[in-house]
Amino acid sequence: MGPLVPQEIIGADWNLFIAFAIGIGFGFVLEQAGFSSSRKLAGMFYGYDTVVLKVFFTGAITAMLGLLFFSLFGWIDLNLVYVNPTFLGSAIVGGIIMGAGFIIGGFCPGTSVCAAAIGKIDAMVFIGGIFLGIFFFAEGFPLIKDFYMSGDFGPMKVSELLGISGGLMALLVIIAALVMFKFGELAEKKWPREEY
Amino acid sequence: MKTNYMNPYLAGVLLGLVLLMAFFFSGRGLGASGAAKSVVVSAVEVVAPQHTANSPYYSKYVGEGKTPLKGWLVFEMMGVLVGGFLSGALSGRLNWKIEHFPGITANRRLVFAAMGGILFGFGSQLGRGCTSGSALTGMAVLSVAGFVSMMAIFGTAFAMAYFLRKNWI
Repeated sequence: MGPLVPQEIIGADWNLFIAFAIGIGFGFVLEQAGFSSSRKLAGMFYGYDTVVLKVFFTGAITAMLGLLFFSLFGWIDLNLVYVNPTFLGSAIVGGIIMGAGFIIGGFCPGTSVCAAAIGKIDAMVFIGGIFLGIFFFAEGFPLIKDFYMSGDFGPMKVSELLGISGGLMALLVIIAALVMFKFGELAEKKWPREEY
Repeated sequence: MKTNYMNPYLAGVLLGLVLLMAFFFSGRGLGASGAAKSVVVSAVEVVAPQHTANSPYYSKYVGEGKTPLKGWLVFEMMGVLVGGFLSGALSGRLNWKIEHFPGITANRRLVFAAMGGILFGFGSQLGRGCTSGSALTGMAVLSVAGFVSMMAIFGTAFAMAYFLRKNWI
């Protein structure tokens, strides 16, 4: 059955409308969770607020299990679901630069737009920075291109890499998440804080 | 502790369901930085079309029949603006504000926000997606890239937290 648009069960004309509707849900949930506050987000890295850990991993696991069950029930063809390709070198270095941006700026791109939507001026400045950073990358691209294309593993899954089933991989992620949630709860008790 | 925010585990389940719907309807996950890329590409195209046509980077996204602003992520991020605004309105959180730790000035917060944005923008292009598009969505489809992004982003932020503590605690 699914995914509906790639299989033309729903016309491609609807895809942008669907994107908009899904974005509303995305923005609403992020804001309700408190991801519109840089101080809440940064709390993750000082232990006083681990909302990022809880929401991020619960979200990833929910979607992961949803995909596995949808596939099991024949509701979605996983071969038609986009899997982002792995370019190892640029993924690691890009991730390190993003991590620095996260702790320095207090947002990531999605959360900054969510925060800007409720009037956070620091988030608007962060978004301006994102545009500038992308512009720098685009202009410097010829210099970085070789590194950008290095370590190409294609759309590889961790379960394939480890030679285990998707279900077992999901179970391992769930166990790891439960352990981290426990640490998160302990950290919040140890370093209490005011509400923002 | 009293809070006006949603229970994080409930919010996580709802976030996962939104992501699952993106997979089910469109065969793709959520994202954010890709929309910013479309804006940058389109802006440079307007200012310097010759430059975009010749550049090995921009030329992938512009040209005959290509309209980067009519992309899935651009419409999704417009939805995020609307959804975030609605949530803020419902919960009484709409106000103009430079949010910062009381120990630092608003100006210092803005300077660091700008620097962080620049790094995140650059890194998201190098890493082929940000926390939403590469880490969250990638993990949901069990991609190696998703787990690598997640560990690199959060690992680095943890590793640098000590040096930036005066900004936050």
